[in-house]
Amino acid sequence: MLRAGDRASTRTLLRVAVVTAIVAAAAILAAVVALGLGEMRVSAVDVVRALISDAGAAVETVVVQWRLPRVLLGLVFGLALGLSGAIFQSLTRNPLGSPDVIGFDSGAYTGAVLSIIAVGGTALVIPSALAGGIATALAVYLLAYRRGVHGFRLIVVGIAITALLGSVNTYLLLKAELWQAQMAAIWGAGSLNGLDWSDARNGVAVVGVLLVPLLWLGRRLRMLELGDDAAAALGVRVEPVRLALVVVGVALSAVVTALAGPITFVALVAPQLARRITRAPGVQLVPSAATGALLLVTCDAFALNVPPQALPVGLITVVLGGAYLVWLLIVQSRKEMR
Amino acid sequence: MTLEASGVTFGYRDRPVGTDLDLRIAPGSFTAIVGPNACGKSTLLRVLSRLLKPTEGSVLLDGKLIASMPSKQVAKRLGLLPQTSIAPDGITAVDLVARGRYPHQSALRQWSRADEAAVKEAMAATGTTDLADRLVDELSGGQRQRVWVAMVLAQQTELLLLDEPTTFLDIAHQIELLDIFAGLNDQGRTVIAVLHDLNQAARYASHIVAMREGAIYAEGPPEDVITAETVAHVFDLPCKVVPDPVSGTPLVLPLGRAQRRPA
Repeated sequence: MLRAGDRASTRTLLRVAVVTAIVAAAAILAAVVALGLGEMRVSAVDVVRALISDAGAAVETVVVQWRLPRVLLGLVFGLALGLSGAIFQSLTRNPLGSPDVIGFDSGAYTGAVLSIIAVGGTALVIPSALAGGIATALAVYLLAYRRGVHGFRLIVVGIAITALLGSVNTYLLLKAELWQAQMAAIWGAGSLNGLDWSDARNGVAVVGVLLVPLLWLGRRLRMLELGDDAAAALGVRVEPVRLALVVVGVALSAVVTALAGPITFVALVAPQLARRITRAPGVQLVPSAATGALLLVTCDAFALNVPPQALPVGLITVVLGGAYLVWLLIVQSRKEMR
Repeated sequence: MTLEASGVTFGYRDRPVGTDLDLRIAPGSFTAIVGPNACGKSTLLRVLSRLLKPTEGSVLLDGKLIASMPSKQVAKRLGLLPQTSIAPDGITAVDLVARGRYPHQSALRQWSRADEAAVKEAMAATGTTDLADRLVDELSGGQRQRVWVAMVLAQQTELLLLDEPTTFLDIAHQIELLDIFAGLNDQGRTVIAVLHDLNQAARYASHIVAMREGAIYAEGPPEDVITAETVAHVFDLPCKVVPDPVSGTPLVLPLGRAQRRPA
């Protein structure tokens, strides 16, 4: 019985590793399938051949030049959103604490709409959206700050700011010219449509860079889950670590929003799904990343190929997220009734 | 290993809690900090464990400024059981205890045989070995507190700081836990605990620190500190102190309304 302890601990680790590997494999499989879908159908075998060796010029152009950047971004953005959601849910200790819920996406949208109206085009959408999103996140963080930031206050302030920005956004769209409003609406739906290799290179590079600090922050995030005092007593410098995590979490969301518009709900759903399938304690970063990648690649393949075609993937994830929220509420209320 | 506070003033922004306190914790002692609610005893413990920075004065661990030591280095020598801690959803007892090994780990040295041995030892010392696979959420209050103590023990620190470790537990579980602390103290660990029950403090501690309104009113061995006069002053509570028939330590008997009742 004395040995049960360590075996139990290793067992959790092993289960998380195996489940994560399965989810990651499923995400890659979905990516391969997605690469074959479209007007020109390509078999999975030919997709793999095009990726690693040679499958003829036509197939290579379609798979590698046209489809791969989009699918790659689906994987990488899904991963980024899964991580971002996991960070925020862990920090706020709340399954609703994701960057879209605490105001980042509506702030980015406000920035984008303002720039479309001011410039009369989409030239400055990326920097404006980033500025809007980051300024909102910062405002929420500061407004929620009182001798350190506590999760619940962060969410409540975030929801209030989101509602406020929602009305600002509506007002801006009503005041804008019709074509400007249309442009803003298209951006606001969140889509991987039209992203090419230069976008893919940028997106992958930025997400890659953001993963580096997470190697260091990940273990500290786990300790913060024990409460600030326990974490501090165990040697974590709570406030700087939390601020760094907020910055990385916002940046991971920001890069997705900048290139694709706000793709909501992946950050909200992925960590919770990951938690349920791994049955691991707390919020898990790597499984959330894998789940986010699988979700976004699958949703985007649906958006692109199920009629009516070429829907923005943001629409699909919103539907998915809505269903998830209803389910969460039902489960939660059942638990409370017991 | 000594822990020493000299001339510390501390508090939160506009509200000073304690002023100009001096306290020296002798190695191997069992110190109980007692006092009425809001006298600053828990805040003093936070200062001693470097969770709260004093506005004036300094806390020294083995003669070195605790504030300028790397946080993980401190965590290898000084463990704290906070008043409020949160178990992550769905965590098992053994996984929680294992998190106490954090200060001994690094990105390169994740889980070692020493970690495994420390977790095993901590769970054995607190009688939680059989709870290893259970979910912390589903444990009883007493079991849960013992698991948290095991987590602090897994840290393998010479100093143990305990913030009201027995609050919310029934009397049997209180004694069970205090016995565990006494055992750890016997093995050479220095224990500093904020305690509510004066009689328990008198029984288990070798040194009592009585606080009132942010200052240390009296300190010393239980026989010297737990007197009718001190208790009356510190707690505003008229009482009688008699020798505890079990342990011989001071036993506080509050007078309350009992004295006015006709015989």
